[in-house]
Amino acid sequence: MTNADRWLLPDGIAEILPAQAEDIEQLRRDLLNLYHRWGYDLVIPPVLEFTDSLLTGLGQDLDLLTFKVTDQLSGRSMGIRADITPQTARMDAHSFKREGVNRLCYAGHVVHTRPKSPLATRTPIQAGVELYGEPGLSADIEVVSLLLESLQTAGVTALNIDLGHVGIYRALARATGLNESQELALFALLQQKAVSDIDQWVATEIAQPGMAQLIRQLPTLCGGIEVLSEARSLFSRFVPDALQAIDELNQLAEVIGQRYPAANLYFDISELRGYHYHTGVVFAAFAPGFGDAIANGGRYDHIGEVFGRARPATGFAVDLGALNALGDTVGQLEPAILAPEPTTAEAWAAIQSLRQQGERVVCGLSEASLVREELNCDRELVLEDGQYQVKPLSQ
Amino acid sequence: MTNKLTIALTKGRILQETLPLLAAAGIEPEEDISKSRKLIFGTSQPGVSLVVLRGSDVPTYVQFGAADMGVSGKDTLLENGAAGLYEPLDLNIAKCRLMTAAIKGAKAPNGRLKVATKYVNVAKRYYAAQGRQADIIKLYGGMELAPLMDLADEIVDIVDTGNTLKANGLEARDHIADISSRLIVNKASMKMKHAQIQRIIDDIAAAVSA
Repeated sequence: MTNADRWLLPDGIAEILPAQAEDIEQLRRDLLNLYHRWGYDLVIPPVLEFTDSLLTGLGQDLDLLTFKVTDQLSGRSMGIRADITPQTARMDAHSFKREGVNRLCYAGHVVHTRPKSPLATRTPIQAGVELYGEPGLSADIEVVSLLLESLQTAGVTALNIDLGHVGIYRALARATGLNESQELALFALLQQKAVSDIDQWVATEIAQPGMAQLIRQLPTLCGGIEVLSEARSLFSRFVPDALQAIDELNQLAEVIGQRYPAANLYFDISELRGYHYHTGVVFAAFAPGFGDAIANGGRYDHIGEVFGRARPATGFAVDLGALNALGDTVGQLEPAILAPEPTTAEAWAAIQSLRQQGERVVCGLSEASLVREELNCDRELVLEDGQYQVKPLSQ
Repeated sequence: MTNKLTIALTKGRILQETLPLLAAAGIEPEEDISKSRKLIFGTSQPGVSLVVLRGSDVPTYVQFGAADMGVSGKDTLLENGAAGLYEPLDLNIAKCRLMTAAIKGAKAPNGRLKVATKYVNVAKRYYAAQGRQADIIKLYGGMELAPLMDLADEIVDIVDTGNTLKANGLEARDHIADISSRLIVNKASMKMKHAQIQRIIDDIAAAVSA
């Protein structure tokens, strides 16, 4: 075993060093305070639980992402959580039943067997909110607003929100009579906006010319709010069932546009993250300088069913590390006051009084271990004329 | 509002066919790319720059968002996977086919098939879809040699005219996919710089179909 084998971390596993750790922790507190003020109750779900509950419903997409072990006590398969949302869904459906709206928030590590995207770490810190019990658009509006507040809290100034609605594609699949494998094949092509492959696919699979034309246009239905009226006129003829979803997007956009005029709203009719479990509005946040979404969310009604209680649900999760890197982080530790080793009662009292005032005070110990430039101190506590005083640090 | 925009290209034949398409979108390199040793080039459009990479690296740059757009062969996209990217336009250049090939008249062996290819993922998926067990041998070039030297029973490779196969006593067998160069776009860039990118896509699309 070489030295490198001992210190080397596995691929995609990060340790977070002081200055950055301070920033991320501050952001975590700021976000949880924000959610607290919006009426969301904090939950701390377990780091691991039985895969039967982690991977049902919402969790099916997470199967390959989840590290699994055998529980020595029960012999059952346990997983380390790869997402906290299924855990809160279980809590709402089973552990913590409220008849009306249940607002929950959380922050904690999740672990992925492999990076979820090329840029991702395998141990992201996930923070998020879930709103259960309200089927109406008002819940989606609240949650998207809270996402924008989260971005602002993190100091992300360019607010880019991507909005979609899985109901549009589902209505299209129903109206076209696509079978399951056709629905998935077209879905995969749409996620790449692979226009020429879609043309080919339509030519062999779709007989009805109007519908074929509509499907061919799907990948181009993205952009500003004008996309919605375009989509409305295209869908109204062949897929009237999709109109309700388009109207919901429109209403959502209207309110969000009024509340956050600086937000750049982008619409994509065929972008369908988490299509397997989402049931309504889906959204994501993007920021310049990051080639991936920093937050994802959307509606996922009925997930609670597998835990014994179907509940309307919507929410989002952000990656704290990514959000921290993009926001207006401080990037350095708060400068401290260097104090002598408190050998007298007077010195001890002076140090404690400074700490009570909120100052960061670092006590020098032995002269040999005191490396002043490493301690990030800009002032020092000195005894002058029998009084302890704070002075700028002498070099 | 014009954003900074980076487009990843590949040197060689594809570059020669891509530049006129970019010119149709009003993007022309400030100097002759083929004669320069530089890797990053400014263009006639402020804020828009071109980077010149190895073909198989283009999707990586675009996936990570290091480049906003790029031109990549469908073969590379099939092999690398296309997570994080859109491929909104078929440029209809560098057209060829991805095929299996074997020694002319040779019969498939009993049991597991040995396949030499640089398209390991594509080959794995293809033979699995055919219901055939295959051992894939990764090679970096000169696939035709592998069956001749008894390293493999079949190869999976790009076939253009088929002359190289013929000259080595091989024959093309099954068609796996049609290949051409695609315009690819990073998903996040598409969302944040949509107007600018869509204009380029539309201009190039018009030039392709012209």
